[in-house]
Amino acid sequence: MRPSTRWLIVRTILGWLVALVMAFPVFWMALAAFKTELDAIASPPLLFFTPTLENFAEMNERVDYIAHAWNSIAVAFFSTAVAILVAAPAAYSMAFHPTRRTKDILLWMLSTKFMPAVGVLVPIYLILIWAGLLDTRTGLIIITLMANLPLIIWMLYSYFKEVPGEILEASRMDGAKPLQQLVHLLIPMAAPGVASTALLAIILSWNESFWCINVTAVNSGTLALAIASFSNPEGFFWAKLSAASLASIAPIMVFGWLTQRQLVRGLTFGAVK
Amino acid sequence: MSTVQLKAVSKQYGAVEVMKGLDLSVRDREFIVFVGPSGCGKSTLLRMIAGLEEITAGDLFIDGTRVNDVPPDARGLAMVFQSYALYPHMTVASNLGFALRLARVPRAEREAKVRAAAKILQLENLLDRKPGQLSGGQRQRVAIGRAIVRQPKVFLFDEPLSNLDAALRVQMRIELARLHRELSATMIYVTHDQVEAMTMADRIVVLRAGVIEQVGTPLELYNRPASTFVAGFIGSPKINLLPVTVTAGSPIGVKVSLPSNVAIAVPAAADALPVGASATLGLRPEALVVSSDGPIGGEVSVVEHLGGETLVYVDIGGATLMTVKLAGNDPVRVGEKVRLAVGPTAVPLLFNAEGRAVRAAIQPAMQ
Repeated sequence: MRPSTRWLIVRTILGWLVALVMAFPVFWMALAAFKTELDAIASPPLLFFTPTLENFAEMNERVDYIAHAWNSIAVAFFSTAVAILVAAPAAYSMAFHPTRRTKDILLWMLSTKFMPAVGVLVPIYLILIWAGLLDTRTGLIIITLMANLPLIIWMLYSYFKEVPGEILEASRMDGAKPLQQLVHLLIPMAAPGVASTALLAIILSWNESFWCINVTAVNSGTLALAIASFSNPEGFFWAKLSAASLASIAPIMVFGWLTQRQLVRGLTFGAVK
Repeated sequence: MSTVQLKAVSKQYGAVEVMKGLDLSVRDREFIVFVGPSGCGKSTLLRMIAGLEEITAGDLFIDGTRVNDVPPDARGLAMVFQSYALYPHMTVASNLGFALRLARVPRAEREAKVRAAAKILQLENLLDRKPGQLSGGQRQRVAIGRAIVRQPKVFLFDEPLSNLDAALRVQMRIELARLHRELSATMIYVTHDQVEAMTMADRIVVLRAGVIEQVGTPLELYNRPASTFVAGFIGSPKINLLPVTVTAGSPIGVKVSLPSNVAIAVPAAADALPVGASATLGLRPEALVVSSDGPIGGEVSVVEHLGGETLVYVDIGGATLMTVKLAGNDPVRVGEKVRLAVGPTAVPLLFNAEGRAVRAAIQPAMQ
C-alpha cells in the first residue's frame, strides 16, 4: 500500500470521527423526538424503542407551529433581503472608493459584534416600547437586520474587493454610473459570494434566539421562542423539547442541505486562490 | 477632427509631483506612443486623458474643448486596458454592446454596430462565447472591439500587448497599424517596449520621471536623440555610450578622445563644448565597422549569431562592452583581436556633461 493511500484512509477515518462527534447531539435529539417521555429519560439510554408521534401532536397543541414557522421565515428572509440591499452600496463604496477612514469604519462596525447582546438589552427594549414595536415582526426584523449587517457588509466588501479595478474603470469609460456598475457588474460577478452571504444571513437569523426570546411573545415569536417554551421552570420535558427542536431546525437543515454546494463555495471563495 | 492638447498638465499625489507641467499636442488621426521605463508616468498620463485620474493643475483639451471636469464616458474616448478588463459574465456580443446598452441605443442599431465591429476584428463566430472561453489574442480583439463600437474620437491603449506571447504580439502590432489606417482615428498608445513604439508610432513621446524628454518621429528620435536617456532607450541593440573628453574644436566639428586616448572626430558644434570638457559619445552598434586600420582596438568577448545579423560585444578596456552589429555570416570569433572604426556614413552623437545632445556643426540640408 502506498503511503498516500494510507494517509487518505487515516484522513477519512478522522473526518468521519469528527463529523460523528459533532452530529451526535443532533442525532440523539432526533431520536428523542420520537420517544415517549419515559423512554427519553431512561437509563441506560435506549437506542431501540417503539417510535411515537405524540410529542409532535402535543407540541402543536401547546404552541402554534405554523404561526411560529411563518414568523421565522418572514424574519429570516425579509431581514436578509433588506440587509443585502443596504449592505451592497456600502460595500461598493468602501471597496472601490475607500477613504482614510474606511478601515476604521469597517473595524468599528465589526466591533459592535464584540459586545454581548445582553449589554444593550435594556435600551433596545425601551426603544421598542417607545416605538410601539415590542412583540412585532417589524421590530424583530429591524433588530435581526442590524445584528447581521456588519457581517454582511464585511463579506460583500471582501467579495467586491476581488473584482479587478480595471473592469470597473472600463465600465466607467463605457458610461456606467455607480448604481449601474453595482447592478450590471459587481452583483453578477460576485454572485456566488452574494448568494452565500445571503444564505449565511438567513441561517443566522433563523437561529437567532436571544432577541426573539426577549422582545417577542405570542404575536411575532419565531421557532426559537417555540423551543424555549418547552424548557420552563415547571419541568423539563425532554421528548417534547426534542420534538420542538427537530421541527424548528428541520426547515433550515433542508434549506442548508439544498444550498450546501453554494454555501461551501462561497465561504471558501478567496481562501484558495 | 480629433485632437488632444495638454497645457502645463501636472499631477500630484499629496506632496509628490508625478507629472511635471506637460505640454503636448496630439494631431488629428495621429498614432502617438507614450514610451518610457516603468514609473515614468506614461500610464498615469493616459489615465488623466481618459478621466480616470484627476488633473491637479493645467488644462486638457479634446477637440479644443476643455475637459478637465468632464466625466470619462462624456469625453468621447475609448480605452483598451492591459488586462483587457472584459466583463467575465457577459458574452462577447454583450461586452461589445455594453456601452451602447447603457446609452439606450435601440436594439437593432446596437446589434448592427456590434456586428460591424466584430467583422472588422474577425470575431463574428465568437459572439456567443464568454471571455473565459477565449484565447489571449481573442480577448485582446474583444477589448479593442469594445472600443471600436463606441466610435470614439480618440482611442487610448494602455500596454495592450504586454500579456501576449511574442509571436502574437507582432501579429497584433500589424493588426493595430491596419486598424489605425482603416478607422483613420486618433490613437494614443502607452508601452514600455521601444520596438512597439518604433514600429507603430507616427510620433513618439519619451517620458522620464514625469517629464517629457523628447517628442518626435521614430527616426528623429533614433537619429537625433535629445539626450543620452532617449539615445539609450530608443534602439535595439542599445547605443554605445562612452565617456570622452573634448580635445580640439574646429568649424566643422570637434575631436574627442576616449579613455584609451583614441581620438574620434564628431561633427558637433565646437562653440557648445569647450576644449577639455567631458562629454558622452554615442555610437549606434551599426555605426561601427571592423577595419584593420580602425582606431579602436579590443577583444571580442561575446558573439551572438542571430542569422540575419551578428551582434559582437567587444572589450575595449572601458567599463562596458562595446556592441557592434555585423553581417549575419561574419566569421568573427570569441577571443579574436579586432580593430573598430566609425563607418563612413555613420554620424557619431555627442552629449554634454548634463547628457543633453550637442547640436550639429553644420545643420543638415533642408529638403
